[in-house]
Amino acid sequence: MNDILSILIFFPLVAALLGLVVAEKSIRAYGISVAAVEFILSLWLWFAFDGNDGQMQFVRQIAVIPDFGISYYVGVDGISLFIVIMATLMTLIGIIALNVEHKIKNMILTLLFLEVAMIGVFVSLDAIIFYLFWEFSLVPMLYIIGAWGGEKRLYAAVKFFIYTFAGSLVMLVGMLYMAYVYNQVTGVWSFALTDWYSLVLPVEVQNWLFWAFFLGFAIKVPMFPFHTWLPYAHGQAPTVGSVMLAAVLLKMGTYGFVRFSLPMFPDASVLYITPVAILALIMIVYTAMVAYAQKDMKQVIAYSSVSHMGVIMLGVFAMNVEGISGSVFFMLSHGIVSGALFLLVGVIYDRRHTKLISEFGGLASVMPNYALIFGVIMMASVGLPLTMGFVGEYLSLAGFFKVSPVMALIGGTSIIFGAVYMLNLYKKSFFGPVTNIANQNLKDLNRKELAALVPLVAIVIWLGVYPKPILKPIDNSVKVWVSLMHQKAQSKLAKDTIIVSKSSKEAK
Amino acid sequence: MLSPITVNMASLNFATLSPMLIAIAGGLGILIIDLAKKDLDKTLYVILTVLVLFVDLGVTLGLEINQKGLFGLIAMDGITMLGEIIIIVASMLFIPLSLTSKRFHEFSYPEFFALFLFMIAGFQFMVATDNLILIFVGLETASLALYTMIAMHNTVGAHEAAIKYFTMGALTAGFFVMGSAIIYALTGSVELYDVSKILLNRLDEPGITIPILGSIVMMMVAIGFKVSLFPFHAWTPDVYEGSSAPMAGYMSIVPKIAMMIVAIRVVEPYIDLGIDIVRYIVIAMAVITMTLANVMALLQDSVKRMLAYSSISHAGFVMAAIALGTTKANSSIFLYYFLFLFTNLGAFTLLWISRHKDKTHDTRYHHPYIKFAGMIHIEPVAAVVMAIFMLSLAGVPPFSLFWGKMYVISSAVDAGYIWLAVVMALNSAIAVYYYLKLIVYMFLIETPEGSETIYNNRSLAIEIIVGIAVFVTITSIFYIQPLNSFINYLVSASGY
Repeated sequence: MNDILSILIFFPLVAALLGLVVAEKSIRAYGISVAAVEFILSLWLWFAFDGNDGQMQFVRQIAVIPDFGISYYVGVDGISLFIVIMATLMTLIGIIALNVEHKIKNMILTLLFLEVAMIGVFVSLDAIIFYLFWEFSLVPMLYIIGAWGGEKRLYAAVKFFIYTFAGSLVMLVGMLYMAYVYNQVTGVWSFALTDWYSLVLPVEVQNWLFWAFFLGFAIKVPMFPFHTWLPYAHGQAPTVGSVMLAAVLLKMGTYGFVRFSLPMFPDASVLYITPVAILALIMIVYTAMVAYAQKDMKQVIAYSSVSHMGVIMLGVFAMNVEGISGSVFFMLSHGIVSGALFLLVGVIYDRRHTKLISEFGGLASVMPNYALIFGVIMMASVGLPLTMGFVGEYLSLAGFFKVSPVMALIGGTSIIFGAVYMLNLYKKSFFGPVTNIANQNLKDLNRKELAALVPLVAIVIWLGVYPKPILKPIDNSVKVWVSLMHQKAQSKLAKDTIIVSKSSKEAK
Repeated sequence: MLSPITVNMASLNFATLSPMLIAIAGGLGILIIDLAKKDLDKTLYVILTVLVLFVDLGVTLGLEINQKGLFGLIAMDGITMLGEIIIIVASMLFIPLSLTSKRFHEFSYPEFFALFLFMIAGFQFMVATDNLILIFVGLETASLALYTMIAMHNTVGAHEAAIKYFTMGALTAGFFVMGSAIIYALTGSVELYDVSKILLNRLDEPGITIPILGSIVMMMVAIGFKVSLFPFHAWTPDVYEGSSAPMAGYMSIVPKIAMMIVAIRVVEPYIDLGIDIVRYIVIAMAVITMTLANVMALLQDSVKRMLAYSSISHAGFVMAAIALGTTKANSSIFLYYFLFLFTNLGAFTLLWISRHKDKTHDTRYHHPYIKFAGMIHIEPVAAVVMAIFMLSLAGVPPFSLFWGKMYVISSAVDAGYIWLAVVMALNSAIAVYYYLKLIVYMFLIETPEGSETIYNNRSLAIEIIVGIAVFVTITSIFYIQPLNSFINYLVSASGY
């Protein structure tokens, strides 16, 4: 079973190419079965995965361009494992809930291509292969937004593409420089991450490389002030596009920080905690306020998703096990919760073809099931204890509390702000009398929508009550990487900030 | 008391001349066939030309590298070999594109094919020598043939293009001669490998930098014109616009790679001598070229003009590698151009299949963007293939030009020019906009009512060529390793 990762990457690719043969009217069944098989394969990966081992597992390395040190090098650890599972799950849910009639075949095949790119990004251990999947993920998304989007879809799609492309090209220069430095030190070319981890770089070099990688990842996250492409992309994308974007594609950025920036440049990362944290705080507070001001439901959720990504960034830059594993967990919960929220907005948009909050009111009495599910997911988004959202948000902030209590406190306002804009949204559209006649005869959730949403609700509650099966493997892997960082750190500041053991008391 | 001149026939070394001689013989053969029997179909000439080139390629590949020929004038080294391979492969891909379902004026003349083979011989002379005079002879042979071939397209635009290219070309040929004269005045030799040896001893002389600078400026005018570097690039879009689409694609590859090899031979000695001003001039030209051409390409309404500006930008990108002067940079030039050949020729060919006698969608351009709106519904396969070429030109992995870009940027990083690498990266980011624009038109914008483009110029030959191009573009990841080690071996064997 050593090649399960390759099967995971290439199965959707083969399925997408063969899918060209399948007739249009049966394509939905084809898409669901392929995505289901892929999801089961990823669950199998989880069962075969040894949760006590924090190192890379199922590693496979095949030289592609040996002269230049590029190899097909894949592996998975506790950090990437669950993101992969989330990607396959959200693809499956996205295809189940798919409601486009127009060119559905193209849509499903595009989603399968997107799945290839997403899984490829999260399991690559070679920088060039990572970059390859990273860039390739833009193409299907461009098509999804551009072909099925709203009125300004072309602008949104092109803006999305160019923003990310520009950032990642600078990152590519960083990667090539990293390989060059590796070549100077060892005499061989290598783009393998595990080789790069072993390199202790001078702090001066780290600083430059940190910002080169930062640009690539920050645009994807998207960090303030590079976030302006996201509201457009979300605003114009079809429901499934927003789901994939919020649930998985944004995680590529934060995952990149965890996988590249932190272990490779520990000193620079510690040095720049404050500026990065300030950007993250601006992201949290500013976009939360913007979210409150939105009139469009989908925009509220889009901005809330940016706001929560800020908390994930704080967790990543906490530089301790709690913060980083919390943020990895938060990536998962953010993926599931924001994905579910976009699906929910899609449900109401299908019925009324509007997303304006002012058009709604009193939906709870017309669509009780919808209101219930929306309520649960909304609570998870706000971070209510016993939902999945709470665990990650709490751990991320608790981790950052050790770095700077004040900033963690400001970050904590995301929970309050979140409650304000989400409850406001909920109150205006679900409670009160049914003011708009058009809403009086809306149908409640149908079977298809329930099939997509109920599993997500179940996961949100299950992992909120008992996160351990997921948190433990994450923890184990994060410990491995944090102790690597601690070992590599040169400056005293970095040594002090990067805390390996879970309790600060033991460290002393 | 003149001693009798003795000519050592061994130093003629006929083998090194064989690639050019085969092309010339092929051209003469075609003329003789035409003389013997009129009214033969163009298919005969096309296939004969391909066969001549096939023999030529075989002979070239069989040559030993690092030998001298024609009394020391021909330098058969690694980059000669690479240049000849690229020229012949590009020509073999180009010439079957004349087998279209519509009839075009130029291909009905057998002389077109004879001129084509003479032109190839000219380019082969150009890349195969260290001698400035022989380079000039090759350059003029090739250029005169090329001007005529452009004019044979026989439209108003083609005549304008040919005249424009000819007058400008004649002017810059003058600059090439003057540059050679200054080099001769400085060193007493027109052999470039002598030049660096002699200059090395004269570098300390006072006032020597001015003639050196003069020679390089003159040479860069000539090189810049053929490679289309700023500020000598202005002819490119007009000439490409006027020529037939495959001819434009061909011009974006073969004359440029030939002139780039000359540039390597001319510029590298100066850079190796440590005359930094030369390097700065080349880098400045390269950076301005790629940036300006990118910005200009953003503003175009015609796909063909956009591709013209994009190929200017690509040329600037590669020219920067010449200024770096490392073996890796020089190898990356050939890697880049080999990959660029298939992608760019493929892209121009897809314009070719939509060629129509009249300007159907625009009063000025044959290929405005709007012509390709909704192509995915009319010609889905062609649209997907075109999108792949565009993504490859933009440098999106895993398509071929990504690897070319990666090697060029990486060699800039290795040489310590991080800022240049960043400029290259940002330029690629600008470029993606205009490539995406075409993709957006093809896939995401609906065809305007009643103006469906008819892609009726296609033929089996064109489909095969596009098929080869797209195959090479997609599968690049599997052959980059052997290709690059082959190129690297040849480049380092010739000492660049």
